[in-house]
Amino acid sequence: MPQPIIEFKNFGFQYDAQAEPTLHNIDLAIYPGEKVLIAGPSGSGKSTIASCINGLIPFSYPGKCTGSLTVAGLDAPHSSLFELSKYVGTVLQDPDGQFIGLTVAEDIAFALENDQVEQGKMKQIVQQVARLVDIDGQLGSAPHALSGGQKQRVSLAGVMVDDVDILLFDEPLANLDPATGKQTIELIEAIQQRSGAAVVIIEHRLEDVLWRSVDRIVLVGEGRILADTTPDQLLASGLLTENGIREPLYLTALKYAGVEITPEKRPAHIDTIQLEEADKEKMREWFRQTPPAPPAPQQEVLLEVEDLTFGYEEGQTNLEHVSFQVHKGEMLSIVGRNGAGKSTLSKLICGFETPNSGRIRLNGRDLSGDTIKERAAHIGYVMQNPNQMISKPMIWDEVELGLLQTEMTAEERKARVEETLKICGLYPFRKWPVSALSFGQKKRVTIASVLVMDPEIIILDEPTAGQDFRHYTDIMEFLRSLNKRGVTVMMITHDMHLMQEYTGRALVFSQKRLLHDGTAVEALTTPELVKEASLKETSLFTLAQKCGVEPPQAFVQRFIDYDRQVRDDE
Amino acid sequence: MSKNAALSYLPRKSVVHRMTGTTKLAFFLLWSTAAMLTYDTRLLAAMTVGGLVLFGVSRIKLQEVKGALLFMLALVMLNLIAIFLFSPDQGTAIYGTRHVILPLFWRYNVTQETLFYLLNFFLKYSAVIPVALLFILATDPSEFAASLAGIGVSYKVGYAVALALRYIPDVQRDFHNISQAQQARGVDLSAKDKTMTRLKNSAAILLPLVLSSLSRIETISNAMELRGFGKHKKRTWYVKRPFQARDWAAMALAAAVLAVSLGITLTTGSRYFNPFVS
Repeated sequence: MPQPIIEFKNFGFQYDAQAEPTLHNIDLAIYPGEKVLIAGPSGSGKSTIASCINGLIPFSYPGKCTGSLTVAGLDAPHSSLFELSKYVGTVLQDPDGQFIGLTVAEDIAFALENDQVEQGKMKQIVQQVARLVDIDGQLGSAPHALSGGQKQRVSLAGVMVDDVDILLFDEPLANLDPATGKQTIELIEAIQQRSGAAVVIIEHRLEDVLWRSVDRIVLVGEGRILADTTPDQLLASGLLTENGIREPLYLTALKYAGVEITPEKRPAHIDTIQLEEADKEKMREWFRQTPPAPPAPQQEVLLEVEDLTFGYEEGQTNLEHVSFQVHKGEMLSIVGRNGAGKSTLSKLICGFETPNSGRIRLNGRDLSGDTIKERAAHIGYVMQNPNQMISKPMIWDEVELGLLQTEMTAEERKARVEETLKICGLYPFRKWPVSALSFGQKKRVTIASVLVMDPEIIILDEPTAGQDFRHYTDIMEFLRSLNKRGVTVMMITHDMHLMQEYTGRALVFSQKRLLHDGTAVEALTTPELVKEASLKETSLFTLAQKCGVEPPQAFVQRFIDYDRQVRDDE
Repeated sequence: MSKNAALSYLPRKSVVHRMTGTTKLAFFLLWSTAAMLTYDTRLLAAMTVGGLVLFGVSRIKLQEVKGALLFMLALVMLNLIAIFLFSPDQGTAIYGTRHVILPLFWRYNVTQETLFYLLNFFLKYSAVIPVALLFILATDPSEFAASLAGIGVSYKVGYAVALALRYIPDVQRDFHNISQAQQARGVDLSAKDKTMTRLKNSAAILLPLVLSSLSRIETISNAMELRGFGKHKKRTWYVKRPFQARDWAAMALAAAVLAVSLGITLTTGSRYFNPFVS
């Protein structure tokens, strides 16, 4: 047995700023060349483990360590960040925030510059690494001008110049569209094969990481290691769902049909899973037995977009000839890759920008002349990052803010704020400062502050970005409850689960145009659409084909309806 | 507003662009010291012409920076008017004689001496501005930090300045997005409201802007430290170019101008060229 490259022995850690330790009794060994996924819900301590490995703890986040941690032979808690960075390359989430150089080449060279590598040699290494990650054609470009996948390549190259033994990825899939996420997982695998480094991935989006195989999954919960085993073993165990990690959808479907999941069936990947004829028959039987959900009755048109064209600058367009209708009480998703025009559309609807041509009508009335403020009485807009929206230190004040601009009396305002806080489940916190809330609760505050204006329609930009399964479910169930109260909800999202589980209808944008206006299931099961709009085919579709369920689209729809029912009953 | 009102890098193929950032920075510093020290009309006029010639060599057209130039011109004019208002006899105080051209009122008389003094003052600016613009417009931003380090500023300071400049557009974008989102909640920031309410409402943007900028800073500083920033006292630069003959020539030119400026002041014992006594 070779020496482990990372070894935690009875390791514990407590942040100076916190009263309780974040990690307890961690025992974990990772060997050279291994690929390990560390999964766990938010707050489980998985990011803390990552920061211990790369040295941000205790360098940037001071605290008290117990036990021992060896990384590449170094006593990690007592080594400097710089020593560790020779062995550990860290790719943080959100590549945009971590670009330092103004061109790709400079950004890749950053670590070398700090190491005083002589210029000629530096250029040579940059060339070499850029070729390794296949970005050598873009060395002169600005990193911010690249596509999502290319950005990932640049940040990867930036840490690989050091010939590191360990590559650490901190939530590499956050903020990526599904297709780019898939490419990132493929890239990580390719790089590992070429460089032989040990790879540690911190992620809670299990199904997406398992697109390519990993050697082991370490499941973390409440600062402890709950499982350290192969993907097949773990997926068969049921531990995931108990600990707030979403299991792959095809497994949920198999369980509904009564198929028993064992490690021998190799459940880690939809392509490798071994199903017997009896299992497949169970799936077909389940499909026959499950009645399709009745279609929802359609109400009158609320929002009507007609032949909308817009460009931020003269001579170019960012949105071309977009037309669609939204009915009262609908909940729909807007999907497509970055830059396809999704955010532009919401800006036009809210009145932040003025269209070059075309119309937007609300309840049959043309909105053209209305200011942002006038539209705000009917249309609410919630930004992706709650920290960018919250402008008051106290929750009550924050929610009341919009009302202060109206003619309402103090009593009327009080009644309205109280009611809104109750709907949003924030009433117990009404006297709290915003800073005491978790990210998900802040999100609720921002939604409450929009809801208080009593809009007919709410547009949300990535409502669940960066949220683990529990918070995701919290937010989405909350939005669904609002929707049931009659608020129309439109969501811009990259999350295929969200689109599939919560929105019957999807508007798919690609290349400035509305490519598809139909059911979410169609969008996720039509190969051309999936490819064109950088979506990801749902594993349910593959499962249905595997089991010979006909038609597979209907199977996906029925699964979603059934799953909805199960969750509503819980 | 002209396209390049923010004064950003304009890439061209010229000898000025090919010089290292350090050269341009050093040239600018020497040149402006020379202009600062003297009021000698002949030298300042020559420097103005020289600066404009350099501008021509750089192949950047004055037209491209029209907005910024007009703005600076307006400032200089304001400055000149202020000098006249506060001390209308400054010229006489310096040159010793008094030739009134146009008597105005009270103590305000336009004299040849004051006009001449103001002309010199104007020439000081006109000698420095083209060279200052060149440093900003013809230095690749990538080289900015490296050029500061080149004249002996700590590279950490250089990087701090370069990053701050880099993030201006990002912060502007954040500001824009935040302000739109606030307006979409009914907070009016448009011209329709009273100034006081608008001011108060603008404050609503500050908190989220500061918070989001702070988190930006945390991310970037972690990213930099993870890649070894600050490990050594010195670092190398991917973009830094070696000094060549033209760089030495440019520095020598600037040094010579400074020497002339100093020389004139020291030999004549005065910073002023006086045409009124002959």
